[in-house]
Order: sequence, then structure tokens, then C-alpha cells
Amino acid sequence: MRRTTRVPAGGSDMAVLTMARAITTGLAMAMREDPKVLVMGEDVGRLGGVFRVTDGLQAEFGEERVIDTPLAESGIIGTAVGLAMRGYAPVCEIQFDGFIFPAFDQITTQVARLHLRSAGTLAMRIVIRVPNGGGIGAVEHHSESPEAYFAHTPGLRIVTPSSPGDAFTMIRQAIVHPDPVLFLEPKRRYWEKAEVDVDAPLPPMADLFRARVVRRGSDATLLCWGPMVRTCLEAAEADTRDLEVIDARSLAPLDLPTIVESVTRTGRLLVVHEAPVTGGLGAEVAASVTEACFYQLEAPVLRVGGFSVPYPPARLEDLYLPDLDRVLEAVDRAMAY
Amino acid sequence: MAVDGGPELVQLLTPEGVLVEHPDVALVLTDEQWRERYELLVMVRRLDAEATALQRHGELGLWAPCQGQEAAQVGAALATRPTERIFPTYREHGMAYVRGVDPVTLLGLFRGTTLGGWDPADHGFNLYTIVIGDQTLHAVGYAMGAQRDGAHEGVLVCFGDGASSQGDVAEAFVYAAVNDAPVVFFCQNNQWAISEPLERQTRIPLFKRAAGYGFPGVRVDGNDVLAVEAVVSAALERARAGGGPTLVEAFTYRMGAHTTSDDPTRYRTTAEGEAWRLKDPIERVRAHIVRSGIADAAWLAEVEGRAEQLGEHMRTACRAMPDPTPTSMFDQVYAEDHPVMDRERAWLTSYLAGFTDAPHHAGAGGGQ
Ligand SMILES: Cc1ncc(C[n+]2csc(CCOP(=O)(O)OP(=O)(O)O)c2C)c(N)n1
Ligand SMILES: [Mg+2]
Repeated sequence: MRRTTRVPAGGSDMAVLTMARAITTGLAMAMREDPKVLVMGEDVGRLGGVFRVTDGLQAEFGEERVIDTPLAESGIIGTAVGLAMRGYAPVCEIQFDGFIFPAFDQITTQVARLHLRSAGTLAMRIVIRVPNGGGIGAVEHHSESPEAYFAHTPGLRIVTPSSPGDAFTMIRQAIVHPDPVLFLEPKRRYWEKAEVDVDAPLPPMADLFRARVVRRGSDATLLCWGPMVRTCLEAAEADTRDLEVIDARSLAPLDLPTIVESVTRTGRLLVVHEAPVTGGLGAEVAASVTEACFYQLEAPVLRVGGFSVPYPPARLEDLYLPDLDRVLEAVDRAMAY
Repeated sequence: MAVDGGPELVQLLTPEGVLVEHPDVALVLTDEQWRERYELLVMVRRLDAEATALQRHGELGLWAPCQGQEAAQVGAALATRPTERIFPTYREHGMAYVRGVDPVTLLGLFRGTTLGGWDPADHGFNLYTIVIGDQTLHAVGYAMGAQRDGAHEGVLVCFGDGASSQGDVAEAFVYAAVNDAPVVFFCQNNQWAISEPLERQTRIPLFKRAAGYGFPGVRVDGNDVLAVEAVVSAALERARAGGGPTLVEAFTYRMGAHTTSDDPTRYRTTAEGEAWRLKDPIERVRAHIVRSGIADAAWLAEVEGRAEQLGEHMRTACRAMPDPTPTSMFDQVYAEDHPVMDRERAWLTSYLAGFTDAPHHAGAGGGQ
């Protein structure tokens, strides 16, 4: 078995990590702390995953804990349910966003409901990791943003980091959390690096579901998550207006108090996501914020997102995905009210 | 490591290029037919190498090479009638070539100019399907349609050793069995599903799974073009005559990477590759036709020349392939006019018209 660099085993230094490596580091830490934590999925063992996020884990924890599953997503999640019933905490990898659908039934009809149906006796301590979203020039089914299907399903929690530091912390929190958590990893940001404090204690669990204001501003609020956080920060930097940027971090539940507080100050909200606008999470945010901030809003909540078409062939993805220009065009419209 | 197909392997042409008899399966080819098969194999290997090179040069985002599986694909496709539908995965470039699909047509999907690229009816060759296993059910349904039409037509559907684990494939077996659907399940067991060896998918040889569903299963040497054609022909004949489905496991090897994004040195040994190289599907045909005087050096050189021309054709045509127009993404989502498409198309058109420069474009590359 060939090994690449060892996963840091703790220590006191700040480490410069890619987001992919930050998740690996968090997974390894969680597995060291709790022998019940398992990693399972297609190609996660010997290969270390197609994005190498599980690289080195099988060498450290063995084939009993890092499982190369048969090629069957319904099987991955269905057996994770059984393992969770038996006290294990499976961290499942779905290889790409577009391949979660064979497991849709298990996730929505079983994982999401068993806590309720067992009168609170069964904990579905399952994390479903999904490399998410587009922007890498891939072929069909490798660039999807299916969060709205799952946010629509009561019983699931959905979080998505936008930076290595958050990825490191949030994966560990998700693993500890007793509810099932869909963990969406913005794949086009996997290789971006940042300093991560790999020694910091785990923040309180409530933080996992809290949005973060990543840039203060007064003219309008940009709400975004995952891959779009960097896009929105770049748009805000490039523009003369004073734009506030909020990283939602948690999509289910949404941290409405943080969003509402911001909109109360700025009077304008734009929701930016990669998924098609029609029926997307932006609509949910818009309805909730309109209800909470009707008299503070200077403009309707605007949505910037993918078009309402299947994710296009790679040569069109730059036109499909919201970018700096698309975000600022929407800001223009919001300011014009 | 799996190199030997075991005693149940149907083989008619050994890796050394020697014809052997089998008690149940036979196929005799004319000299002309032998030359045709050899040329097809060479052309398919060439087209695959050319597409791999085009990916390396940035002309394609991705390619899924079929090197090593040429005989399985050519043999099975030749066993079908041109009117019979083939349902491929994403790796059946050899079948596409046999069916007369211009290899350039296959490139759009991998270049990122289209999500499909061809009309399945043109060559009886369905669209590539990337979601593992889905097409097996489609093929069974198509076969049920043929059955209801009284068409005496067979259907050929491809899937991999990894795909054999999918629920949809199990359901396809059930539906085919209870309907006696005229379908041949053609599993190219190339020993690997990305990094996972066959043992991660099954504990019995795949062809034996058919027995549990109530139809026959056969394991054929997937690197033996003659045996594959013979076995699939018999299975299709049975299907056409109302005998129901057959599972054919073509025992072969993925000589290249899973895709151009993959690094197989991380999970498999070079010794395994070397062992399979001795079973090369093209070498054995060359050995046979040269030894038996079916082809001489001059003819072999002509074939090389035609393969070179195919490569040249692909290079030129690929580079000339236009990008899709921005609003094309709205045009065929629905069969009829749709208000959301109209609204978004109009918005994008006026948005783009507002730029003096082209909006910025990032690079491509990636995916599995
Ligand atoms: C439902 C689904 N899950 C995962 C993938 C990612 N994936 C693409 S090819 C592949 C392995 C397929 O192996 P096999 O069926 O043996 O076919 P081969 O690639 O070897 O031809 C995987 C896991 C996918 N395309 N679809
Ligand atoms: Mg395979």
C-alpha cells in the first residue's frame, strides 16, 4: 500500500491545508477519538476516494473501519442505517452529487424518519459526504447541486463548508451530532488552501448550524454558501457599494436570525446559489425573510442561481454558474428599487 | 489477481492465435471476415488512443479508454443485426465504431459540447449512460416493446462488473426473466470498478448469477473476438426466437486507466497488467491471420495507414468542433414551448448583449 503524507495526528501548530486535506484531517481525528466511526463508500479505501479525501485512512484504521463498498449507493446508505442501529457512526461518501439518487429512497424514507418513528429511541448518527456542485469541467452528473431535494425532507440536517477551517471543524461536529447530516463539499474549492488550527477544541454543537457574516457591509446582503462564498466575496471586493456577505454554512436548518439581523441593517438581500433558481433554496430564504423583514426591505429578495435547465455541458458551465458579473448585475437591480 | 477465466471460459482463439474447438460453440469465418475483424480491432484501438491523446492536449475534458476491451465490444456488436438496439455504458467506443457511428460524434460528450450527441435511432446505438446500471432497465423495457411488436428482435445491453452490484441491474434481471424479454445482458468484466477489484462486488463468477434469476449465463473470453461473436450470436438467436434473456460475462481487462482522471498505479500492480498484455485481443488475431496466410505484411501496413487516417480525421474534426451557443441550453429541455425557458433565454440574451467583452471564462478538466 502506497502512502502519501500522513494525516497530522494533533500537535500545536497551525497547518496549511487544502479543503480536501482539512476534511481528511477531521475524519482521521474523529476516527481516533471514537472507534465507532466508520468510513464507507466507493473507492474510499485503497484509492483514498476519487478526490483523495479519505487518503490514508484505510492504512491507519484498517479495512474494517474504512470500507470499499460494492458499487451501489442505496446499499451504502441502507447498510449505514443498520450500522447506526447497532451503535456505529458511518460516514458515507457518495462519489459525486449526481450519484446520490439511487440512495434517495433510503435517505428520505428511512434515514430521515427513523428517529421519529422509533419515538426518539433510534439515533441515525450518519454523515453523508457529497462532493458537490460544478465548475470543474466535468461530464454529466458530476456537477449537480441537489440540496433543495434534501432540504425539503424533514429529518435531515444539511451543512456545507466554504473554507478549509470550517471543513475541518464542521466534519467533526457532523460526526458527533446524533442526527443524520448531509455534508456537502464544494468540490471546486477542494484545492484551495488556508491555515487551519488543527488543535483547537471543538466549538459548541450549535455553531454547526450558525451562519457567519464573512464580510460586513451596509448597502445589501449577499447570502451564499459552499462554492459561492468566494464568488460573492470577490464580487463584494470588486464593487464600490458596501456589500455584506453571509456564509449560510447550514442549509437545514437555515440560521434565519443571523440573516434577518443583516437584512434589517442593509434592507436588501440577494441569495446566490449554483442550483437552479426554480424551486431552489433561494425561494425558501426569500419567503422567510420577506415574512420577517417586510417593512425593512427596500427591494424584493433577489435570487442569483443556475438556470432552470439540466446542468449544461462543460463548455457552457461558466455561463450557467453565477459569477462575479451575475452577482453584481443582481445587486444593480436590487439597488435600483 | 484475476487473470484466468477458469474452466467455464468459452474460447475459440487462444492468446497465441490458435483456433480451438468448443463442444457447444462454433463460428467459422471466411478470410474476408477475418480481415474485417482485425481491421475493426485496430481501428478501435486507434480511435481510443487518439481520444486519449486529445484529452492530454486539452481538447477533451475526459476520456474513458476501452483499450483491452476491443474484442469484447467488436465481437458483441457484430453479433447484433443493424436493426437491433445496443444500450452502451460510457466505454463502448468499439461498439459505436462497428455500428458506423463516426468517432468524432462520441467526442462531444467528453469535450463538453453536448450531453448526448447522437440520435439513438441513427445507428441503433443508444446514448451513453453515465449513471451506473440505469440503462439495463431501459434495455429490458425496449425488449418488452419489441416483444409486443412481434418483432423477433434482440436487444444488447452493456454494463460492467461494478455495475453488477447496482439495484437497477438486479431489477433488470428480474424484469427480463419474468417477461422472457429478448435481451442479452453483456457484462464486460474488466476486473476493476475504478479502484475496486472484482472481489469487492461478488463472491461467485458473475455469469453464475443468471441461474438465480432463471436464465442462462455464459462466461466467454472477452479478448477473443471470435468466441464473443459466437456466444452473443447464440444468445441473441435465442432471444429472437422467444427463449428469453441470457447473461454473457465477457472476461476481459481494462488495460488503461478508468478514465484520464484516474491513476491506476495507486491500486493495481504492473505484474497484473503484464499478464493481461499476453492475452491482448488484437495480437492473437494478427498471429492467426498472418500464420494462416489470410493477411500479409502489405495488407497489415494498409490497415495501419487507414488507422492513421482515422486518427487524423478525429484530431482535425475535434479541434474544429464548435462550442454550443449560450442559449442552446434552453432549447431542448422540453418538447414544447415552456414559459420558464422563454423567460430565462430572453434574460440571458439581453444580459450577454450588455457586455462589450466576452464574459470571463475559466479552464476545464476533471470528473470521473
Ligand atoms: C450510480 C453511480 N455511482 C457511481 C458512479 C461513479 N463511477 C463511474 S464509473 C464507476 C465504476 C464502474 O465500474 P464498472 O461497472 O466495472 O465499469 P467500468 O468502468 O469498469 O467499465 C463508478 C463508481 C457512477 N457513474 N454512477
Ligand atoms: Mg469494470
